[in-house]
Amino acid sequence: MASPAVEVRDVSKRYGPLRALDGVSLSVEQGEFFALLGPNGAGKTTLISALGGLVRADAGTLRVLGRDVAAEYREARRLLGIVPQEVVFDPFFSVRETLELQSGYFGLRGNGAWIGELLERLSLGAKADANMRSLSGGMKRRVMLAQALVHRPPVIILDEPTAGVDVELRQALWRFMRELNAAGHTIVLTTHYLEEAQHLCGRIAMMKTGRIVALDSTRRLLADFSERVLRVKLESGALPAALAAGATVDAAGWHRIPVESAAQVETALARLREAGAAVAHLEVAEPELEEVFVKIMARQDAPAREDA
Amino acid sequence: MTGGFLTLFEKEVMRFWKVSFQTVAAPVLSALLFLVIFSHALAGRVEAYPGVGYVQFLVPGLAMMSMLQNAFANASSSLIQSKITGNIVFILLAPLTPADLFAAYLAAAMVRAVVVGAGVVLAVAWLVPVPFPNLLWLAAFTVTGAGILGVLGIVAGLWAEKFDQLAAFQNFLILPLTFLAGVFYSVDSLPPFWRAASHLNPFFYAIDGFRYAFFGRADVSPWASLAIASATLCALSWLTLRLLRSGYKLRH
Ligand SMILES: Nc1ncnc2c1ncn2[C@@H]1O[C@H](COP(=O)(O)OP(=O)(O)OP(=O)(O)O)[C@@H](O)[C@H]1O
Ligand SMILES: [Mg+2]
Repeated sequence: MASPAVEVRDVSKRYGPLRALDGVSLSVEQGEFFALLGPNGAGKTTLISALGGLVRADAGTLRVLGRDVAAEYREARRLLGIVPQEVVFDPFFSVRETLELQSGYFGLRGNGAWIGELLERLSLGAKADANMRSLSGGMKRRVMLAQALVHRPPVIILDEPTAGVDVELRQALWRFMRELNAAGHTIVLTTHYLEEAQHLCGRIAMMKTGRIVALDSTRRLLADFSERVLRVKLESGALPAALAAGATVDAAGWHRIPVESAAQVETALARLREAGAAVAHLEVAEPELEEVFVKIMARQDAPAREDA
Repeated sequence: MTGGFLTLFEKEVMRFWKVSFQTVAAPVLSALLFLVIFSHALAGRVEAYPGVGYVQFLVPGLAMMSMLQNAFANASSSLIQSKITGNIVFILLAPLTPADLFAAYLAAAMVRAVVVGAGVVLAVAWLVPVPFPNLLWLAAFTVTGAGILGVLGIVAGLWAEKFDQLAAFQNFLILPLTFLAGVFYSVDSLPPFWRAASHLNPFFYAIDGFRYAFFGRADVSPWASLAIASATLCALSWLTLRLLRSGYKLRH
C-alpha cells in the first residue's frame, strides 16, 4: 500500500502554557489537493513547520511519504517543498544565485535547466540577475515558491502563498499548482481566501486552537454545512405555506428559501407566482465554504459539550 | 557530510567576498594602524627576543589577532543575520546534516581568516622586514587559531538572538581574550600573576605558536601550544556539534 503523502499522528507542541498543536492527527494521500484552514493562531504554520523540521514536536509522529521527519530527516526533506508564510530572502544574492544555492543545498548541481523553467513559469525571467533586495514583495514570494520547487519535491506545502499577491499572479500560481497536481504532486495549502480552497481542493481540514475540528471532502463539507438558497424580497403578497415551511425571513424583508437544485428554484418561483406574490428582488446563493467555516468555528465556540 | 556542505561553504565565502571592502580591506587597514601607532609609541622598547625588534615582534601577533577576530566575525555575523532576517529557514529546510552546517560555517570562517591574515602580513612586509615563516607551523596555528574562533563564532551566532547580545559576546569575551593573549608584548615580560593568567587563555597559545613560525622562538614550546590549541578546538567542536544536533535555537 502506498504511504500517505503526509501523515501526522497525535502531534503536540507547546509554547509555555500555550498548546499550539494539541493532538493533531491527519493524513493526506498522494496526489491530493488539500487545504488546511483555520483562523489566525490556529496552528497551521506550526504544523507545517513541524513537517519541515523547523519546529520539533513535543509528541507524536510526522511522516512525509512514509519518512519520519525526525529519524529520516534527510529523505523526508528531499520529498518536501515548503513555501514559508513570511517573506524572507538573503539580500546578498540575486534571484538566480538564490535558486542555484538552494539547489546546491539539496546536492543538485547543474540544475540550470529546471531553474530556467521555474523562472519562466513564475515570470521572473527579467529579474533573474536582479538582487533579491530590489524585488517587490510579490516577486520575492515567487522566488520563495521557486526555492521550494528546485528539487522537484513530490509533496508541496504552501503556507498562505497568495497573501499580498496580485490577481494575475494568483491565477498563474494556481494554474501552475493544478498542473503540478495533475502531474502527480501532492499539494497542501493554507489560505484565508476560502473560495480558493473551495475551488481547488478536494479535501479540507479545519483547525482551531491547535486541534483539527473538521476533516472531510470539500463536497461533503459544503453539503453538510451550507446550502443553496433562493433569496427573495417581495413587493406584495406573502410566501405560500409550501415555501414558508423551511424558509426564514430577516429584518430587511429578505426571505431565505433553501433549494436543493436549480430545478427547485423554478418550482419555487412558480409557486410564488401562483400565490400571487410579486418578487421585487431575487438572488440564488450557491453553497459557500465561508459559511461552512463560520458554522464550524462557531460550533467550536459553543460552551462545553460531551466531548469537551 | 553531503554535497550540500560544499554549496553552503561556497555561499558563506561569497557572502563575505561580495563585501570584501568591509570584511577584508577594513581589518587589514586596522592592523596597519595598530602597527603604526604601537611601533611609533614603543619603538624605543628593548628587543622582545634577542635579534627580534619590537616592531617585527608585533607583526605575527597582529596578523593572528586579525585572523582570530575575522574568523569569529564571519561565522557569528552570518548566522545571526540569517536568524534575524529569517532566511535561515532555507538552510533548515534542506537535507543538510549538523556536520554540514558546522563544517561549512567553520571552513568559510577559516578562509576569511586566511585572506585577512595574508593581507596583513603582505601589507606589513612593505614596511617591516619579517623573516619568511616556517610554513608547517604557520599552517598548524592558522588552522587551530582560526578554527577555535570560527567555532566560537558559530556558538555565539547560535546563542545570540539580537545583535547587541552578539556584540556583548564579542566585547566581553572575544576582545579581552585576544588583547590579553600577548599580541603587543611577550607574556614573559609580565608580572607572575598576569603571566599565569595568560597561560590559561587558549588564544595565547595560538598567537605564541604563530609567532614561533616566524622567529623560531616563543614564550612556550610550539608543541605545547599546538597541543593546547588543538585540544581546545576539539572540545569546542564537540560541544558545538552537539548544540547543532540538538537544534539549539534553530529548530524550536
Ligand atoms: N515561536 C513561538 N513562540 C511562542 N508562541 C508561538 C511561536 N510560534 C507560534 N506560536 C503560537 O502558536 C499558535 C499557533 O501559531 P501558528 O503560527 O501556527 O498559527 P497559524 O494557524 O499559522 O496562524 P495564521 O493564520 O495567523 O498564520 C499561536 O498562538 C502563536 O502565537
Ligand atoms: Mg500561519
